[in-house]
Amino acid sequence: MTNLTPTTEPSVADADEALAATAREEGRKPRAGWRAMLPSMTPSLVIGFGIVAAIVLFGLLGPLFVQDPTTVRNSGLQPPGGGHLLGTTQTGQDVLAQLAFATRGSLEIGLIVGVLATLLSAFFGVLGAYLGGFADEAFSLFSNVMLVIPGLPLVIVISGFVPQEQRGLWTIAVVLAITGWAASARVLRAQTLSLRNRDYVAASRVAGERSWRVIAVEILPNLLPVIASQFVFAVIFAILSEAGLAFLGLGASNSSTLGTMLFYAQNGFALQLKAWWWFVPPGLIIALLGCGLSLINFSIDEIINPKLRNVRAHAKRMRIARKAAAR
Amino acid sequence: MTSVEVKNLTKEFHIRNGMKRSTLTAVDRVSFDLLPGRTVALVGESGSGKSTIARMLARLEKPTSGSIDVTLDDRTPVHGSVYRRHVQMVFQDPFASLNPFHSIEHHVARPLKIHRRTRGAAETHERVVHMLERVNLSPAEDIAARRPHELSGGQRQRVAIARALAPGAQVLIADEPVSMLDVSIRLGVLNLMARLQREDNLAVLYITHDLATARHFSDEILVLYRGRVVERGPADSVILNPQHDYTKLLAASAPDPERMGKLVRAAGAPDRSGIDNSVSFNHYTGEWTSLDKRPVPVS
Ligand SMILES: Nc1ncnc2c1ncn2[C@@H]1O[C@H](COP(=O)(O)OP(=O)(O)O)[C@@H](O)[C@H]1O
Ligand SMILES: [Mg+2]
Repeated sequence: MTNLTPTTEPSVADADEALAATAREEGRKPRAGWRAMLPSMTPSLVIGFGIVAAIVLFGLLGPLFVQDPTTVRNSGLQPPGGGHLLGTTQTGQDVLAQLAFATRGSLEIGLIVGVLATLLSAFFGVLGAYLGGFADEAFSLFSNVMLVIPGLPLVIVISGFVPQEQRGLWTIAVVLAITGWAASARVLRAQTLSLRNRDYVAASRVAGERSWRVIAVEILPNLLPVIASQFVFAVIFAILSEAGLAFLGLGASNSSTLGTMLFYAQNGFALQLKAWWWFVPPGLIIALLGCGLSLINFSIDEIINPKLRNVRAHAKRMRIARKAAAR
Repeated sequence: MTSVEVKNLTKEFHIRNGMKRSTLTAVDRVSFDLLPGRTVALVGESGSGKSTIARMLARLEKPTSGSIDVTLDDRTPVHGSVYRRHVQMVFQDPFASLNPFHSIEHHVARPLKIHRRTRGAAETHERVVHMLERVNLSPAEDIAARRPHELSGGQRQRVAIARALAPGAQVLIADEPVSMLDVSIRLGVLNLMARLQREDNLAVLYITHDLATARHFSDEILVLYRGRVVERGPADSVILNPQHDYTKLLAASAPDPERMGKLVRAAGAPDRSGIDNSVSFNHYTGEWTSLDKRPVPVS
């Protein structure tokens, strides 16, 4: 207590000042709220984003350039080469063409389920937590019940229950959204509970903001990284679950997805006939898509988890502080 | 001008601890008046119920019983949505009370828009800049465009004050407004509040645990202990002539730089820390104590 040694290491508080000062000197425009929400460029984000962008482009544009995926030819089970870049199926259909349409189908499912599940989880998670009391109890009981119901068996039961003719893309998407939102709702609830007790929420109520505005303008933007990460997670969940369902023959009847491709490959004895070009491409795209989306999610995690973010932010501040001290 | 009359304000929290239920009386029959141009200081240790009183006044918490009456000069009562235009609050922690997502402009502009103080974007922006200048934030245009993390603690607290005054508030509740700030800038923020109070003839409730600033900045002091007012009176008499044991303790434990310096010199206060680690110096009492808290005679 009695002897104070002057600190030689520049403090972070100094760095804050220095950071603000350099920002002022350089006349930089202050970063808007939205920009600070974006994950910083890390190798994992760049790789993940690259993989996902390539697959999305393939799903979007591929079907425009390939042959008709349904045309049946006499030349069945041809290995890659010749007129067919990725060979043909047992019935002589072009694998590349099928792959393009299947990728598009899987992405559609992923997107629809991602949006639906995110809306459901935001509704039950955020609203319940903000309102508190009975609404919170009821909403969280409901999401807990949905959480403990085992997802895949329920999906199988529901999909099996719906007659095949009516089992379209949307039916499958809705079923997957209903079984997939609960975990996200719990994450969002926990985050909202912590946000709604922040002083700035109280301050906005003191200022006279209405409840819906407090939720939409003061709380929701701060939840965006969490919501984005839950969305990406829901997309992964949907694409993988749909592939599983389709492989079991319970997929959408009116559209082709990577899962249905695998289903037909399995039924056509692709493995036994060593027709690797038939089942490896769809399997690879599923794996790459899951991998790329997960990499994106890791980068979003960095925004949410202050511990991860601070490691890099701190390194930056210390650099600036040392520079300022050296001047 | 707006005044506030607080009568027998009580707040009970029901705490559920597993199977047990218990009631905590955080605020117990507290009464006081806030008048234009005057400052009432609410002093008490942490957990004595100061923030709970502030939150009830700001309508963030419902009183269990008692009344808060806000009236205009002609005795007409203020209630409903107009209440928030008259009574505003500055929070303790300036690092938590501004939304990290929004710009400073958003924070000051919202109350202006909600209470229809300005019309149109241009007029609102002009008023925001004016408010920021009033709280000594310059260059105001530049500050308005920034986000909270680009400001220091003192600057943020000034923004919070600007936001509180934006709707044209007449009653300001300041819940330990400087306790989270660096010691060197506390006085600046308190002086700013005093100046704004003079200019706008505000009624101020100044919550603090620092008796020295309470004495300097307020007219009346209420000493709160476990939710109850144990002593009250004009600022000087409460500090200089404390009656209640708790107030005496508070006054005695407040660091007084003048007195401390004298005691230290009178005792000769040799620096023994380098020789003997088993003793430490208490800056509040000016005594050396051993590890088991017994006073050590100064050699
Ligand atoms: N929402 C709440 N629920 C339960 N107890 C609370 C709540 N808010 C405050 N308290 C309790 O009320 C007492 C007074 O708290 P507070 O008003 O924050 O004190 P101060 O601001 O003087 O430090 C404390 O014991 C605190 O634990
Ligand atoms: Mg407090």
